[in-house]
Amino acid sequence: MAEMQHVAIVGGGATGAALAYFLSLREVKVTILEAKTDVGFGVSKANSGIVHGGFHLPVSTLEGKLELQGNQAFKKLAQELHFPYNRCGIIMAAFSQEELAIVEGFYRRGVENRVPGMEWCSPERLRELEPGLADGVLGGLLAPDGGVVEPYGYVFSLCSQARRNGAEILTDFRVEKARFADGKWHISASDGRSCTADYVVNAAGLYADKVSAVFGGESFSILPRKGDEYLLDKTVPYRPGHVIFPVPTEHSKGVLVIPTAGGTTMVGPTARMTEDKEDTSTTAQDREEIFKIAQKMIPAVSQRDIIASFCGLRPVLQNWTGKFMLQISAKAPALIQAAGIQSPGLTASPAIAEYLIGLLEKAGLNAPCKKEVAPLPEYAKPLREMTPEEADLKFQEDPAWTKIVCRCEMVSEAEIVRAVRMGHTTLDGVKFFTRAGMGRCQAGFCTARILQIIARETGKTVQEITKRGGASRITAENEVAK
Amino acid sequence: MKELFCDIAVIGAGAAGLSAAHAAASCGASTAVIDREEAPGGVLLQCIHNGFGLHYFREELTGPEYAERMALQVRKAQVKMLSGHTAISITPCGEEHELILYSGKTGVTRLHAGAVILATGCRERTRANIAVPGDRPAGVFTAGLAQKLVNMEGVAPGKRAVIVGSGDIGLIMARRLTWSGIEVARVVEIQPYPSGLARNIAQCLDDFGIRLDLATRITGIYGRDRVESVTLSPLSDPGKTEKIHCDTVLFSVGLIPENELARKCGVRLHPVTGGAVTDSAHMTSVPGIFACGNALHVHDLADYASAEGALCGKSAVDFLRGERAPADIPVEAGLNLRYTAPCGCRPGVPNRFYMRPAKVLNNAVFRAVQGNTVLKTQRLQAARPAEMLTMEITVNDPAAGVIRFELEGEEA
Repeated sequence: MAEMQHVAIVGGGATGAALAYFLSLREVKVTILEAKTDVGFGVSKANSGIVHGGFHLPVSTLEGKLELQGNQAFKKLAQELHFPYNRCGIIMAAFSQEELAIVEGFYRRGVENRVPGMEWCSPERLRELEPGLADGVLGGLLAPDGGVVEPYGYVFSLCSQARRNGAEILTDFRVEKARFADGKWHISASDGRSCTADYVVNAAGLYADKVSAVFGGESFSILPRKGDEYLLDKTVPYRPGHVIFPVPTEHSKGVLVIPTAGGTTMVGPTARMTEDKEDTSTTAQDREEIFKIAQKMIPAVSQRDIIASFCGLRPVLQNWTGKFMLQISAKAPALIQAAGIQSPGLTASPAIAEYLIGLLEKAGLNAPCKKEVAPLPEYAKPLREMTPEEADLKFQEDPAWTKIVCRCEMVSEAEIVRAVRMGHTTLDGVKFFTRAGMGRCQAGFCTARILQIIARETGKTVQEITKRGGASRITAENEVAK
Repeated sequence: MKELFCDIAVIGAGAAGLSAAHAAASCGASTAVIDREEAPGGVLLQCIHNGFGLHYFREELTGPEYAERMALQVRKAQVKMLSGHTAISITPCGEEHELILYSGKTGVTRLHAGAVILATGCRERTRANIAVPGDRPAGVFTAGLAQKLVNMEGVAPGKRAVIVGSGDIGLIMARRLTWSGIEVARVVEIQPYPSGLARNIAQCLDDFGIRLDLATRITGIYGRDRVESVTLSPLSDPGKTEKIHCDTVLFSVGLIPENELARKCGVRLHPVTGGAVTDSAHMTSVPGIFACGNALHVHDLADYASAEGALCGKSAVDFLRGERAPADIPVEAGLNLRYTAPCGCRPGVPNRFYMRPAKVLNNAVFRAVQGNTVLKTQRLQAARPAEMLTMEITVNDPAAGVIRFELEGEEA
């Protein structure tokens, strides 16, 4: 039997992770090369987490088609891999005659796109669906198959199942050089590690332009479009039951009010272009603007309930028609470009993965389906979802299950240990995997304990532990005299 | 699942909870204290500075010493100490309450209690609560977390810090960091007056030459991996920006009573304090559930929280014994006062009230009024939001209506 061909995926975000997962079900060797310290730590970790409804774009466009296919794939994927996902439905509401005409247009597009269950709603019907909508709503659409996903949970689940199927994930692997020789790519990282591959997929998010240049691929430029988001406490006076969309603007789908898959409410994002690929700063002006727009739709939304804010970056291809660049490189051998994956990229990612596999095959990859794949994971029920009786049974297995570390989100020591053992060794990694530190106290109470657990499990000192890799150390190097 | 029974369950083994448990047990009630941490004392254990106990023990102690005294009293009074236990829920069950406790040592316990005292303390407001824009680097801490890291874990949070807010923990940490070789570049306070006690301003900032900028706002935190700088602007001139290089930012911007359990079991919360609304017996809107200490309203001193806990512990025992006091006279916070705790006054006996000024007032008159009758007057050189006011009154005539506390003085 011939040796399995090897695909290296540069970038472990939603695109790279979905591709790795679907490729791992085939007879092919898969390696993710992730520049950051954990998968999903780039574009994927900081966005609205929307599984879009399939009515924004015509299905005749690549993005529109992949969005619709991706939307339908999410249901099954979530059942199989158990990441936090809620098919709560999307409402787009109109508050003026002008907006009404636009929303009607989206409704018609949804119907043309054959979006399942697409419904036009009277003001009465909207109020029945979403009692907290502002007065003066004139009508709107409901896309019941739209929903929310926890984007980092999604990426973690894909990667972990890909790994069980033999995929390899190299983190902190910053691709620096690549040479094509003897029919293979020879890739080296800035720290001296190397990897060879028959095919390379460039799914490097904001840095896809730089990665393309390293491989001698197409020359293009990617700039970030910033999106500030605000998370509200679980005890907000009103949490919507659906994702609430405004009428979109030219460059974005606008400020949304989102019932997140994690049980909080989120408002955002903004859409502001920047030159700086690491600029995730938020501003007071944009905060005021976000809340003004959100309150027009849901008046109960208030800055008083903010528990966290962050800014995500969407990778926007410059001088490119459409959004996504999904193609076999015309310049470099055995290179597939998956660049410019901005909204609806998260929704589309399962479909993008299948599309990329098609491109890889077109480029010569021979990857028949595996006869046997790893069994699907069992649902790792978090402590917060257990009854006291169930928790007591888990205690018999491991006493750390009833040892609470994060009080706001009710996370046990057993769950933190599991996160660390699965490779999430930063404070943010543990947070994204378990929700510890994501609640209203913002890790004021649990940080010290989590640092201890990470240190114990990894053999590192507390001083060596970082927030999210690199130089983001939590404490200074020196100790304090006890 | 284990089952335990007691007359009184106290949640939280801090200054208020231990004192409440001691009082309840001293009255003969079988009492259990539930606490998440491995050792009793709550936040006192990380407060290694002195200044505790002057009122309650009549001597000056450190936080851990104060906790140890309290824990010893409680042990002697035969209180059952359930350390390392987290209370998950409280469910009223006929005449009693059923608590579910999780512990890494004993698994899940169902505790049946006649009455419950919430002494769950408070949590710190965070950067997000005051919505400071900018980056999200490592090196941003609440003052209490930094205190825990330095005093309990022996690690330094950074090398050069800016402290936002002049709450007491922030002031104490300014001194603690300085002693640990960490430079405190600035303390900034948005109000025109300090939020912490005057003695802490003197002993923690002035003695070390640490600069306090009042009426100043933090407008941004910057740095990719670790904090690199913050920007400050005076309220009087928002266009002016000062950039300070630092690798650490501490937030000491207020405390919020922890009342998740209370909220979940339907206890009515006070819109100003965030703690429970309580009657003269410190009972909440749910019969048999009591509240005291920082879970009820944020106190200046542990001693006051303990004093309140002791009253609460005794009231809970009275309740279990079926003693029902005559109806309370309603109490409200009037002129220049933000709130009172408790919110009711029991006729015919002395009642102690705690309240907080809304602004700084000099040569102030602090009084309790019922109808047109002034019940009691105190003169104060100065009243500050940082310093709680307290007054004990005895009111004999419920028919004369609502009791109102007021504060008048010259604006500073």
